[in-house]
Amino acid sequence: MPHIPVSPTTPGIRGLFEFRPETAQPLLRLAHVLLHGESPLSKAERELIATFVSHGNGCKFCTMSHAAAARQHYGEQEHVVDAVVYRNDRSGVSELFSVLLDIAERVRVGGRNVSDEMVAHARKLGAVDRHIHDTVLIAAAFCMYNRYVDGLRALTPEKYEDYVQMGERMAKVGYDPGATNAAR
Amino acid sequence: MPHVNLTSSYPGITGLLEDHPEPGAPIRDLTQYILRGPNTLTEGERELIASVVCVGNECTFCSTAHVTTAARYLDSVEQVHSILSNPFAGGVSPRIAHLLEISGAVRTGGSVPDEMIESARSAGATDTEIHDTVLIAALFSLYNRYVDGLKTDLPSDVNYYDMLADRLTTTGYVRPENRNGSH
Repeated sequence: MPHIPVSPTTPGIRGLFEFRPETAQPLLRLAHVLLHGESPLSKAERELIATFVSHGNGCKFCTMSHAAAARQHYGEQEHVVDAVVYRNDRSGVSELFSVLLDIAERVRVGGRNVSDEMVAHARKLGAVDRHIHDTVLIAAAFCMYNRYVDGLRALTPEKYEDYVQMGERMAKVGYDPGATNAAR
Repeated sequence: MPHVNLTSSYPGITGLLEDHPEPGAPIRDLTQYILRGPNTLTEGERELIASVVCVGNECTFCSTAHVTTAARYLDSVEQVHSILSNPFAGGVSPRIAHLLEISGAVRTGGSVPDEMIESARSAGATDTEIHDTVLIAALFSLYNRYVDGLKTDLPSDVNYYDMLADRLTTTGYVRPENRNGSH
């Protein structure tokens, strides 16, 4: 049972948003900028970082929902999502993206763990500042969203099917209904 | 040297928010509302909830900034540290001590045991106070990782944190209109 009163029909973070609409607004805008705004990382890659970090933090709702969104973005390549998140199998992603996942994991454990060497390695593989910045901020932001959801024990649907429609909406519409969808 | 080039010369979080205004704006709006907006928790109490996370995560910039700011609302930096090291020693009410304990639990992993919530409630905490405590702790879990994950610079001037606390206790977390200042 959640730690605060939420509607039994509104799962996950949406229930928390209904409880406190004043903070929902900036939280949704931030998610939209990070996952749908402009970035050298594709939407698929950004959703995958979000899913990977959420899984590392043990946040089932965020993992299941963002995995569903990432699968939508990956389309025919959707198997990449489960391979990376559940088996840490990086064979379906680029060498650069694999290093960015390692950086995201370091950020998840604690910000002070990102070494100069890892960043230099990512740059050698073609990363520009925005790859590094966006990876670190997405990982940091999901350490917030995961703690918000699990700290208040938000309602978490159990089944894979419960997340399919949610993921479709997250991938197509995004997070901020007031925002214009960026072209990527 | 930070892990990314920053065009603005502000240390810590400020350089990141200035250089990346798109995510910076909602982060600032959220912080302003949750730390300075209408609330039954005082500004000082909310700064203590933030400080628990910053100190626990050993984020030098964030912990110095928020301990200094919390001290403005309380008595002294020493008093803030003493409350953080033992919230139940009488420096704050049992209700706040329990909320600080919840903040610590959110920092380390996210899940907060039922007993911790029940204790906070029996000490008088409301649902909204519990919600806001968890969200503040979660938000600073972001801040600390953003600031340290990109290895931002610490201020070179030791008076920096006092100037920052002046701003955070007056205009709060909104972006200053006049950005010619150094903090």
